Formats: sequence, structure tokens, C-alpha cells
Amino acid sequence: MRKYTPKDNVQAKAKYTDRFWVAPQVPREPVEEEHFAASLDAVKKEVTVHDAYMERGQLVIHISPEDNIATLRILKDSCGYAMCSELSAVDYLARDGEFEIFYQLLNLNEAKRIRVVTRIKEDQAIESIVPLYDMAKFAEREMYDMFGIRVNNHPYLKRIIMPDDWEGHPLRKTYPLQGDEFAAWYEVDKIFGKEYRDVIGPELRDPARIDRYDTQRFARIGHEVPFGADPSLVDETETPIEYSSAPLSDYNKGPHKVLDKRK
Amino acid sequence: MQQQPNKLRPFFENLNFERDDNTMVINFGPQHPSAHGQLRLVLELDGEQVVKAYPDIGYLHRGVEKMAENMIYNEFLPTTDRLDYIASTANNYAFALAVERLIGLEVPRRAQVIRTMLLELNRIISHLFFLATHALDVGAMSIFLYAFREREYAMDLMEEYCGARLTHSAVRIGGVPLDLPPGWLTKLTQYIDKLPDQIKLYEDLLTENRIWRMRLENVGVVTPEQALSWGCTGIMLRGSGIAYDIRKEEPYELYGELDFDIPVSDRCDSYGRYRLYMEEMKQSIRILRQLIGMYADTEPQLMAHAPQYISAPKEEIMTQNYALMQHFVLVTQGMRPPKGTVYVPTESPKGELGFYIKSEGEPYAYRLKIRAPSFFHTGILQDILPGCYIPDVVTIIGSTNIVFGEVDR
Repeated sequence: MRKYTPKDNVQAKAKYTDRFWVAPQVPREPVEEEHFAASLDAVKKEVTVHDAYMERGQLVIHISPEDNIATLRILKDSCGYAMCSELSAVDYLARDGEFEIFYQLLNLNEAKRIRVVTRIKEDQAIESIVPLYDMAKFAEREMYDMFGIRVNNHPYLKRIIMPDDWEGHPLRKTYPLQGDEFAAWYEVDKIFGKEYRDVIGPELRDPARIDRYDTQRFARIGHEVPFGADPSLVDETETPIEYSSAPLSDYNKGPHKVLDKRK
Repeated sequence: MQQQPNKLRPFFENLNFERDDNTMVINFGPQHPSAHGQLRLVLELDGEQVVKAYPDIGYLHRGVEKMAENMIYNEFLPTTDRLDYIASTANNYAFALAVERLIGLEVPRRAQVIRTMLLELNRIISHLFFLATHALDVGAMSIFLYAFREREYAMDLMEEYCGARLTHSAVRIGGVPLDLPPGWLTKLTQYIDKLPDQIKLYEDLLTENRIWRMRLENVGVVTPEQALSWGCTGIMLRGSGIAYDIRKEEPYELYGELDFDIPVSDRCDSYGRYRLYMEEMKQSIRILRQLIGMYADTEPQLMAHAPQYISAPKEEIMTQNYALMQHFVLVTQGMRPPKGTVYVPTESPKGELGFYIKSEGEPYAYRLKIRAPSFFHTGILQDILPGCYIPDVVTIIGSTNIVFGEVDR
């Protein structure tokens, strides 16, 4: 019987893990720094904060998905986080059935960074932050494209990197690295139609593959034919390989170079 | 037949190329010499004026973030070369720094000096490339030749150090693999001694050039509010009068110790940005001069000593059994950084290049998000292009200095 492999996360996994191995954790420190403590208090007044800690010098705030726009508005308007540098998601569907969405904010006056983290279920949608940050016009489209996360009230939610008619969301853990069946036949289906799959055949990814009937790119010793000749018309008689009987050169003759004696 | 507008397909995005009125919709790209890569720009025109612009990207998508989830950390490093292929050391470095910060690793001093040198040399290479292609787009052919000549000399220096001209992979997680070859610093000194004269040549040709100024002044105006809201960084931000450089504000590597200025322009247009690029090259020369002096009094160690994560030096691997065993495990299985998340911003020649790495304590990153500056600089095109004329489109694309390797990833 074929060995069972989980389908909910098909990414590469460690081949061997020591059974006593416990992964260490990046230290999570309490929020003590003055600016971050003030920002956190401002956020706590308005919304529920599930967790807040410092990780490698940046404040991380965990909130509920409904509160994302309220939290970012407070941080932008009263704490000076004028720029959202990045926004995207992490796929935790296999483990928790959830996506983790993060907003990476920057305060340019204080040179401080905050990450606002929230989690949504697979079928849940998140509110767009385009009213606050224009960069979400692109970033949320990318998140939708890569994970299939619906964003409410986005002005133009459409795939951005993949083609419009693509099936599947490539950065999900269920999506294989080499692509799925749809990806393998995308061009063939689109240009020629599904019935041409048999005619064209699957893409051959083996770079060492040799086609003996391809007379344009391959030559066979003993079966030499004109370039590009139709292989069916070429007779299969073998040309014997002939070698010259004259010796090429005798390396044992002649004066040898004698190595200097080691001193 | 025209499609009916609905929520997902608003009417203005319906591309109708045959219209009865005076407007016209054209495709700028995806194969256009001035698009700096595979940018398809759908422009709705009224005469020669752009009414609506819609940047369409994804023609160079290679799934780099997906690949990162399926590669061990050291394996992924050469892939980062292919993001911003004009300045690949900046990408290598940003990734290496993110992993180092995840682990909590200190890099030896000599490696820091070499890395900072490579970063600044790469900044010069990238800015010269910007100048050459931007000027060529606008119509100044000779600058292209002059700037590419100097860029060649800089790339020769890179080649002598790491063997590659474009895809360097010269920075490793935990340090650098090689020391500087003998005589390299002398060559670098010679290069940066000559470069100011060349920069002066470019400036003499362009800065007060009537045509150049007509083509660049008040073209591609990015207001400070737009720049902040769109997440513009680097020169796109400083060209709008906001002085923020990550090298200065959140110093990494040796930038905290170095003496350099951050040029800012409040012109908000392409001309101001051009001036900033020229000024930044001069600052990079200043930084390189200081670094050359710093190199001499450093210990020869090049890679950090962290046996759990970084292989020992070659001599140790060849002589000590335990170092060999660790090296074997690190090569076949990969390092396992601790569980946690980091977002590490660095100032690449294009802007803020950040790596967000989420590690679950496995040899493969659970999620790796690349915050590429050019991605947002492409996005802002849809807001700054409307209102300008067709020839300005080329100027503006050149002025944003986008590279499609990192836009599409």
C-alpha cells in the first residue's frame, strides 16, 4: 500500500528530526519601552488586545479581525504610524484552520515598528485598510491572489500576479511547489483546448531526457542521418564504427621530463 | 460586446480598445524597452493625455516566496540574487540579516566591514544603472555609455571579489565566505578616486541641461502624503521631502559608526529624485573611504562562531571530526532557527527591502514574505500617471527605478 502523506500541507519537511528535539523560541519580552507602552495603552482603550509582547525590538499586538481598521486608525492618527510597510498572511489552515494576517507599521518620527497580527477562519473575510493606507490597494490584492482571502470594501479586488482565470491560490500550504494539474495544462488548455492534451503531451521536466527519434537535437553514433530528417523515412541500418588502426601517439617514447629530486 | 459592470468588474476597468469618442486605450508593454522589465501598463488616453493608468504585473512571477518554504535557509540565499538583479548583494544581505536576527547572531567585525563595502559598491552599481537607463529613456544616449563604463569597472571589482558580476551571493548567513583578495582595496581606492570626476561629468551633462530639465521638472510629482500612504521608501520617499533612511534611523551593520549624510529633496518630482541619486553616489564614496580605513585593524575571522547554525571554517572541518559532523548535518538537513517571527528592514538602493520570516523551528521557513520596494513604487503609478502625457510616462517609470525581479518575485 502506498505510504500515507498528509494533503493539507505539502511543503518540504525535515527528513529527520531527533525525537528529543525541542525548538527554542525567540524571546518574547514584556512591553517596557515608553513609546511602545503608550501606543499599546492607546490601542487597549479602544479594542480588545489578546496578546502583546516585544519580539526582536518590535511590538507585536494580537487583535480580533473585526478590530483591524480601528486598531490601525488609532496607531496611524494618535501614535504616528504613518506608513504601513507590509501586509500579508500566513497559512495555518492545516494546524488551526485559520489564516494569520499581519500588518507591519512604521513610525517615521520615532523609527519604531509595530506588527498588528490577527487571525481569521478560512471562510471569513477581512475589512480592507485602503481608507487608511493606499499601499493596501496592491498588497491586499496580492494577499487575495496568493491565499484566497476575501477583503471587504477593497476598491478593486482582483488577482494581481497570477492570471485572472487561474485556479487555486499558490501560497496555500495545500498547493504543491510544482503546481497542480490545472497549472500543468494551463497554456495547452487555453490556447488549443482540453482535447489537445493528448496531442501535445505533458511537459517533460527531465533535463537529461534523450529522444532517439529527434533528429534535430540528437545524433546517434552509428545511425547518422541528415539534420532534421524524418526518422520514419531513415532506414535503421547500422553504420559500422571504424577506427583508424594507426596509433595516435605513443606517450611512452621520447625523452621524459625528470622531476627534480626533492631536497 | 461590452461586459455589464458589476462589483467585481467595475466599468472603468473594461478594456475597450475601439471607442467612438476621442479616448483611446493602449497597452504599454509587457514588452517595452522603457518599461524596465515586464510591465504592462494599460493607459486610457484622451489625445496624448493619460486619463487612467492601470499597472498590470506578474509577467516575471517565479514564486520565490513559495520556493523559500521548500528550501533550507542556505539553499535559498542564491535565489535572492534574482529579486533585484541590479543590486543582488542588497538582497543577499537583507535575507542573511533577517536570518541572523532570527537566530540572534553576531557577525565578526571583518565580515561586517566587507559586507558594508559590498553593499555600498552595489549601491553605486545600481545608481549608475538607474542613471544610464533613465537617461536613455529620456533621450540622453551618451550618458548611458558613460555610466555603463563606470558600472563595468565596479562590476569588475565585484567579480574579482566573488566571481560573479550580477548574481553575487557574496554574503552568507553568519558572515562572508571569503576575505578580500590581495590588492583589492587598492583597486577600490583607485575606483572611488576616479568616480567623483565621472559623476561631475554626468552632472555637467545633465543637471543644467535644458532638455533634461524640461523633461524631468514637475514630472511625476509624488506628494509626501501619497508617498507615505503608498509605502514609498528610499529615494521615492526622500525625493518627497521626508528624511528617512533606514541606514541612519535604524542602523544595521556598521552604518551606526559611519559618517555620512542623507540627501533630501522637497521638489517631489523626477528631477529632485535624479539629484538625490547623484548625491547618494557621492555619499557611498564617502562611506567606502571610511571603510577602507576600518578594514586594516580587524581580526581575520569571517564567519560567526555558532556551531548549531553555521558550519565551522574549512580548516576545522578538514581536521576536526565534530566540526565535520556538524557541517554534514547543516548541509544535508539545514539549520533550525528558533520559533518566532522577524521583520527586518534594510535600505536597498531601491528603498526599504524587508524580509518577514516566520519560523516554526524547522529547517524550512514556514513563511517568508519579501517586502520589495519596487512593488509599491509600481502601485503608485496608477495614482501619479493620470494627468500626464505619454512621453512623461517613460520618464516617470524610469524615475521610480522599478526592477521587475522584485516586483513579481
